[in-house]
Amino acid sequence: MDEAETFTARRLSLRRGEALREGARDGLPIALGYFAVSFTLGIAAKRAGLTASQGFLASLLCNASAGEYAGFTMISASAALWELAIMTLVVNARYLLMSTALSQKFAPGTPFIHRLLVGFDVTDELFGIAIARPGYLDPYYFYGAMLVAMPGWAFGTFFGVMAGNVLPTRLVSALSVALYGMFLAVIVPPAKKDRVVAAILPLCFLASWGAAKLPGISALSAGTRTILLTVVIAGAAALLFPVKEDEEAADEA
Amino acid sequence: MKPEIWMYLAVMAGVTYAVRVLPLTLIRGQIENRFLRSFLYYVPYVTLAVMTFPAILDATQAPLAGALALAAGIVLAWRGASLFKVSSACCGVVLVAELFLCR
Repeated sequence: MDEAETFTARRLSLRRGEALREGARDGLPIALGYFAVSFTLGIAAKRAGLTASQGFLASLLCNASAGEYAGFTMISASAALWELAIMTLVVNARYLLMSTALSQKFAPGTPFIHRLLVGFDVTDELFGIAIARPGYLDPYYFYGAMLVAMPGWAFGTFFGVMAGNVLPTRLVSALSVALYGMFLAVIVPPAKKDRVVAAILPLCFLASWGAAKLPGISALSAGTRTILLTVVIAGAAALLFPVKEDEEAADEA
Repeated sequence: MKPEIWMYLAVMAGVTYAVRVLPLTLIRGQIENRFLRSFLYYVPYVTLAVMTFPAILDATQAPLAGALALAAGIVLAWRGASLFKVSSACCGVVLVAELFLCR
């Protein structure tokens, strides 16, 4: 390697290190929120007959709150494997939408392996911070967040199975809004620049509240309601207010 | 015969990964269709907003505490506070509010 190459390589690794650190920084509040949520998930895992290490493994491999919860319920009901597969698919179907949106954030020519690795942890929260970053997705930023968030999630489940109700309710209650706080930090600032987004957000709140209360639709699972509302509202917005190319470019600059 | 726990876990992990990784790996180019591009532009905001409310009211012991956290979160995020600040402020609001609202 000549000097110029060494220099480029060093700059590249510096930038990756920086992206990793930024990801870890943004992943920290996620990890805290995860810990609290997956702690309660661990209680459900214990009820389904899982040991602490099985709960740990389930969370490490699945990284999905509602999906895992549904899975544990199926396990306690001694469901067939195909039933579990369909249930898991339905409850996690919203990730199809998120991953599709995220597929557009990859820079052209990104090595394939990054898609395989990022795909392992497209959760509501990591998707949120990935979308909030302007420009193309830096996989190393995502990995930084994963490195912090995944242990939070897995160990939360582990301790949830082990310790059951040892964490004070007050603390669990407070920590459980951490994730929603993050969502707000992602969706509110763009509303200042984009009037359509500003109008959509209250509409989403209202529609979501209505869907949770109205007979019929409220009987659907929260995951299915999320998909329905997303398709309908985002679809209507796209029809009525198609995004201009330059607008999008400005957003990503 | 009841399947073993590890088989259950393998099915859960496999299906969950497939749901996430298939769109990422199958859709590798930029989507050109303007409607689809616009749709995908709006998806994150709609999905995250829909998941936040009214769920935040049920996350806390007292729904009012969740509502206060929501209001605080919106104001702080509007003023440009960082992810971490917004998130921890929401937790703080609930912690304090529930000192009064719950016993």
